[in-house]
Amino acid sequence: MKRRLIHSVGIILLLLAFLQLEAFSAFGQGSGPTDDEVNAIASQLYCPVCENVPLDVCPTQACVQWRATIREKLAAGWSEDEIKQYFVEQYGARVLATPPAEGLNWLVYVLPPAALLAGAFVLFRAVRTWHAEPEPAAGPVPPEEAEDDPYLAKLEEELKRREV
Amino acid sequence: MTDEVSTNDNSVKVPQRSTNLRWGVIAAFVLLIGLLVVLGLGLKRTSQGPIGVGDEVPDLTLTTFDDGDIHFEDLRGQVIVVNFWASWCKPCEGEAADLETAYQMYRDQGVVFLGVDYVDTEPEARGYLEQFEISYPNGPDLGTRISQAFRIRGVPETYVIGPDGRLAAVKIGPYNSLDEIVAHIETALAQ
Repeated sequence: MKRRLIHSVGIILLLLAFLQLEAFSAFGQGSGPTDDEVNAIASQLYCPVCENVPLDVCPTQACVQWRATIREKLAAGWSEDEIKQYFVEQYGARVLATPPAEGLNWLVYVLPPAALLAGAFVLFRAVRTWHAEPEPAAGPVPPEEAEDDPYLAKLEEELKRREV
Repeated sequence: MTDEVSTNDNSVKVPQRSTNLRWGVIAAFVLLIGLLVVLGLGLKRTSQGPIGVGDEVPDLTLTTFDDGDIHFEDLRGQVIVVNFWASWCKPCEGEAADLETAYQMYRDQGVVFLGVDYVDTEPEARGYLEQFEISYPNGPDLGTRISQAFRIRGVPETYVIGPDGRLAAVKIGPYNSLDEIVAHIETALAQ
């Protein structure tokens, strides 16, 4: 009876120890950065080796290593901006999906809205012109010019006669 | 605001709106041409190949993994072998041992070897150097400034610079043998 009790207590203690280990391991797994967290930053970066392929979907060894670096930095408590800045310092600004608004890069941000505004202005002017009243083809003939023209003189004479 | 402006005493009148429109069109064309020039220069630079033999190599600085700065300008008068590599680059592994052997052969003859680690991560890069027992100075290509100056297309690539600071030989892709490296160094030493 006593032996059975000791066995039962032993089993319970073992179970408890096992459950505690599981709990710790689960905690350890949850504390590291997830793939989604890594990819959220990776999707904003481009490796110069694989042009036009975002880092989150790039299958090369270089990109795998870069993603591991992101995970490492996240685990060390780095913020998204700090990680992006690290990559810029290491590999240059061309790794960024959106170029920083510096130097000639300003053109990327300024030109499209400027072109859009210019286009809207041109369209506005064109529409206004289309709706405007058409100008008369010719103005009234100056009297001195009418006197010189025999046809006009005859026409004037005819009109006066009819009025009478 | 008046709609018309008198351009001279004979009262020849040019509509103000028309003048504004003309200047607007001129300004738009000037902007467009400026933009095309900028784009053209960018495209020209992008389409240029690597630095050619005989070209002057710009002054660059390599920050080594040991945090030392090596300025190319300070090495003027010596032959410099600049090898671009990466830990993820399989063809680089094939030439690593030959490059180290060549370095040991020429280190006392005024030949400097520099390894430039291209788009790589430091732990893997250090592992690579240890694996292939590379003892000459190596460092990351910070900001990809050095690779952009040489306009490399990939790794491995090796540039041998003569004592006059001009490119003496270039190897795109891996060296196939030690003899090939020696031949390039001898060409540079003969300058």
